[in-house]
This record gives sequence, C-alpha cells and structure tokens, in this order.
Amino acid sequence: MTTNGKFGGYGGQFVPETLMQELHEIETTYLKLREDPKFQRELHDLLDNYANRPSLLYHAQHMTEKLGGAQIYFKREDLNHTGAHKINNVLGQALVARYMGKRKLIAETGAGQHGVATATVAALLGMDCEIYMGKEDTERQRLNVFRMELLGAQVHAVTSGSMVLKDAVNAAMQAWVADVTDTFYVLGSAVGPHPFPMMVRDFQSVISIEAKRQILEATGKLPDAVVACVGGGSNAIGSFAAFLDDETVQLIGCEAAGKGVHTKQQAATITNGTDGIFHGMKSKFLQNQAGQIDEVYSISAGLDYPGIGPEHAALAQSGRAQYVPITDDQAVQAFEFIARTEGIIAAIESSHAVAYVEKLAPTMRPDQTIICTLSGRGDKDVAAIARYKGVKIDE
Amino acid sequence: MSKVKQIFANHKAFVGFVVAGDPSLDATVDNILALAAGGADLIEIGIPFSDPVADGPVIAAADKRALDRQVTTDDVFAVIRRVREQSNVPLVFLTYANLVYQVGYQEFCRRCAELNVAGMIIPDLPYEEQDELLAATQEFDLDLIQLVAPTSKSRIKKIAQRATGFIYVVSSMGTTGTRDNFQTDLRAVTDEIRQYTDTPVAIGFGIHTPEQAHAMSQVADGVIVGSQIVELIEKAGDQAPEQLTAYVREMKRAID
Repeated sequence: MTTNGKFGGYGGQFVPETLMQELHEIETTYLKLREDPKFQRELHDLLDNYANRPSLLYHAQHMTEKLGGAQIYFKREDLNHTGAHKINNVLGQALVARYMGKRKLIAETGAGQHGVATATVAALLGMDCEIYMGKEDTERQRLNVFRMELLGAQVHAVTSGSMVLKDAVNAAMQAWVADVTDTFYVLGSAVGPHPFPMMVRDFQSVISIEAKRQILEATGKLPDAVVACVGGGSNAIGSFAAFLDDETVQLIGCEAAGKGVHTKQQAATITNGTDGIFHGMKSKFLQNQAGQIDEVYSISAGLDYPGIGPEHAALAQSGRAQYVPITDDQAVQAFEFIARTEGIIAAIESSHAVAYVEKLAPTMRPDQTIICTLSGRGDKDVAAIARYKGVKIDE
Repeated sequence: MSKVKQIFANHKAFVGFVVAGDPSLDATVDNILALAAGGADLIEIGIPFSDPVADGPVIAAADKRALDRQVTTDDVFAVIRRVREQSNVPLVFLTYANLVYQVGYQEFCRRCAELNVAGMIIPDLPYEEQDELLAATQEFDLDLIQLVAPTSKSRIKKIAQRATGFIYVVSSMGTTGTRDNFQTDLRAVTDEIRQYTDTPVAIGFGIHTPEQAHAMSQVADGVIVGSQIVELIEKAGDQAPEQLTAYVREMKRAID
C-alpha cells in the first residue's frame, strides 16, 4: 500500500504545479470509488461482459514436458478484448474519468496496445480520444495506428526526442497540462505521478486475484513462481499484487536487455538504472551521471522505456521481487518456441517472460508450478519478427 | 530580506531567461552580460534537460542544442563563474528536479551560494515534494521560487505562505512559449496571493511584446520572458548580445 503516494522511497508527485490540483482530485475521487459498490459492480460488469474476463489460466503441457521441470501455466491476458492486459486498466481509469465529468481521454502508447484499448473504451463510453505515439513506433506498428483511427481516435505522431515511448509520455503530459479541466490522462503503465501507479496496480491486480483462485483450484496450492515482463510494469505489478504477502511465491520481472545489458541498446532499468526523478515519479531510470535520461532500445516498442514503476523499484530494493534482463535474441527465440510448442503467438513483450520460464522451469521439480503472464497477443509483432529474421512478408 | 526580494523593492522587475550552452558556453556568458547591460533585474539560467516537459518547443529545442554539445551541470556552473568575474547581476537557476537531485540537493545549494546564485526554480518540484530541497536552500540562504498556476485554487494560500524571493505566476495552462492571448484572470490570482504574503509576484509563460509586458506589470511586480529571448538568440547569431540589450531596454521601458 502507499503512503502519500510513496512505495518505500519511490513514487511521489513530481509534476508542474498546473497538474497538482487535478492529481488531488483524481486521488480523492478514486479512493472514494474504490470503496463504492456501484462503481465496482459497473467495472466488473464491463470486465466480465465486455473485456471477456476472467482470462484463462492455461496449463502448458507441451512446454512443461519439453522443458522437463516445473508445471507451467500461462495467464492468458492475450485473450482479453483488444488483445492485451491493457484493457483492464483502461476500463477502470475511463470510468473514473466519467465519474469526474471528463469528456476527453488522452493516452500515450508504445506498441499501440494501450492506445488501442483507450480508443476502444472511449468509443464504448462515447468520449473523445487522442493518442500520443512516437513517430518511430507509428511506423513499427502501423496496423495499431489504423485500428485506433478506426475506433475514432486521433493519433498524434510525436517527433521529439528519439520518437518512441518516452517522448510519447512527454507529449501526452504536455497536452494534459494544456487542457487539464476537460481531459483525463489515461496512463498506460504503473508509472507517473501518484495516484497513477496505485490506480493502475489496483486495476491490473485482477490478473493475480484470478490467477490465485485458478491455481488453487487446479493444483490445490500456491504457485512457486510468478513471471511477467516489465517495461513500465503494469502487467507485472498486476500479476504480483495478490501474491505480495505470500512469501513462498517467487516474483520475477523480465526486463528488456535489447542487444545486451553491456550495450547502449537496451532498456534494463533495474539491472542498469539509478535513482532519479522523471515523468512525475522518483524511481529507477537509465540516465547519465548528470541526470539526462537515456534513449533506450528494445525490439519491443512496449518495453523500450527508460524507467520503471515506483512499486517495482521498491520491490527490487526490498528483494521481494527479482528482475532479470532478457535480450532481443532470447525473446525472439521464445516467441517462436511458444508458437510451435503451444500454438500461441504471444506478444514480443510477453515473450521476454516466456524466455525466462525456459531457463527457470528446468531448474525446478515437477511438483512445482510457475505462472507466466502472457500480457498480450503477438499479432502486432509478426511483421517485426519477420523483419528481425530477414523474412520479407507482404503486410 | 532575500537578495531576490530586494530586486522588486522599488520598481517593476524584468526577468530574462537563457538556456546555458545554447548555442555555446562562450555565447551564454556574453548573452547573460548583454541582458544585464540592457537592465535585466534578474536572469534565470536554464540548465538543459533531456526531457523538459514543462517547456514548449522553443526552449525544448534550445535544451537539445545544448545537450547535443554535451553541456553538463558542471559546465553551467563554470559559465556562472565566468559571469561572476564581470557582473554581479542577480541570477537564479531554472531546471528540472532530476538534475538537482543527481548533484545532491545540499551540494547543489552549496555551489549556488559559492557563486552568488540567489535561488532556483524547479518546475517539476511542487509544494508536496520540496521538503528536502527546501531544507538545503534555507541552510544556504537561497530562495526556492514557488510557482502558482491558474489551477492552483485552494493551494495558493499554502504556496504563498512558503514563498521567498518572488512568486512565479504561470500566466496560462500548457507549456512555455509565446502567446497572443491570456485567458486567466491574473489580477484575481495576484490579489489572492497578496492576501497571504508580501513576497513579490512575477508573471511568466507567453509574454513577448512590450504591450503584454506593460499589461502584466499593471497586475504584477515583474514580468518573466523566456521563449522570446531564446528564439532571439537562435535567430540573431553573432548579433545576439546587441539585440538582447536593445530588447531588454525596450521591455524595461514598457514596464517602468
């Protein structure tokens, strides 16, 4: 839980004064709604009847046999409406926005999944929607841009900086400062100023609340490990939340090591980051000694973010969760492995987590279990994987 | 009375802003001296940041130009040292929290005091997050300049009561950059501030013409001009110092 928006020494509200009153109003509204049965009913009705929850907990028998160790279960967030865990959080935040009387949603997006989810929910609730996306990412993820536009959203291609996720967050924050009275900024990950990391964690905790119930039904005991990929860390914090007090459950976040943690082309924030203040929060960031934020890289547009949610920074510091770097090569190999073994085309983000499961499972006993969250499906990444492998396909 | 507050004692103040290192460290020294020669009462020295989210495109581009030349916080302190060999013009820093945090709040303040930099403006360090830096500024007798926004509402009282030096009133929503119209009822904001403090009030964000400066000086104790100066430096090349001096003189006449 948070105290004044702090997780250990991390978190807080490092934003321009223009936003402070609004952040307090969001916090007050949300804390009230969190306890409000009507809001919770409305949210869960949408989650169950629109987003297709609960998502499956799938026992991956073939992979379990091949790897010869722990029983592997996949929490199938890829089966949600819009194809990723992002919808859980967007439904929650959009309802908060509507309760606050806002008529417009804005959001940043990296790979496009959060943008698609926001555009989807804006359409559903009859709200205006504008999405900020790095120009580089709009080119990597053209299909998702088109999806957002089909859903009625306006997509702004951000040309500042390295034109990726970090720059999209900057642009969305600036747009929000300019129009804070009408607009709600639907933050896509467990990052940013308080109360966002708390809200996003709460809305994504549906993943682990369900997974805990499902694994107890399936095996009669808690899992031994929970594995999830981490960029900002929303699916990971959602996957960890209900297990935080279960000390026997090992929690592992997999971050993007890109071309290797010893190269400049990586985004392994816990492995290589240092404490800093950016995007409204105190957390770990990839930055130079003077405090200039690095331009980072991952094959996955959703993971190339130079920071990490403050709760993850605190969990890493306390040792409650571990964070491991996974390279592009390892993720691509895992992408193909799960496709061929289980017939699941998982997002390249999620494939980072699958890659670690491949390492971890053989070290464990067959009476032990791993839950790995498949945060999204890989349709959007098929062209990128083809490019990576030098295969020419006609999109 | 703090050094910054004294500036506002007998007249309306003109506050200018430059990004250190844009277009070069040498030029920054000359430009600061040129602003002082024109009569700038206080100069904000921007320490460039990779992601200046409170700034509009003009200042963001200047930050980028400086960072492309590898300008560091240490370089900026070196610029101030050179200015101090020639001028005692009042200076404050404007930068983002991370750059100050990386130096260390206490060490940053110590170095400011050493170079007679009177204080700092940190746009992403609101009231709630200031305790640690505030303690350091107090130890070294510096001003942590408070910002008040059009949305500050019930926050104005506590911000005003903490303020020293001057209060930076943000004229309008959004990022820095020149504007032609101001929607906010700035008189209402400054009147409310004055109920709680005698700390002077200066208005910034968007001001670029003498007419705007004159209008703002009717409701505030000073005006702050950033983007217009940064743009002038960008366009004027070698002629920048001369043009800066002339520009400040014109703006000073408008607010006196």
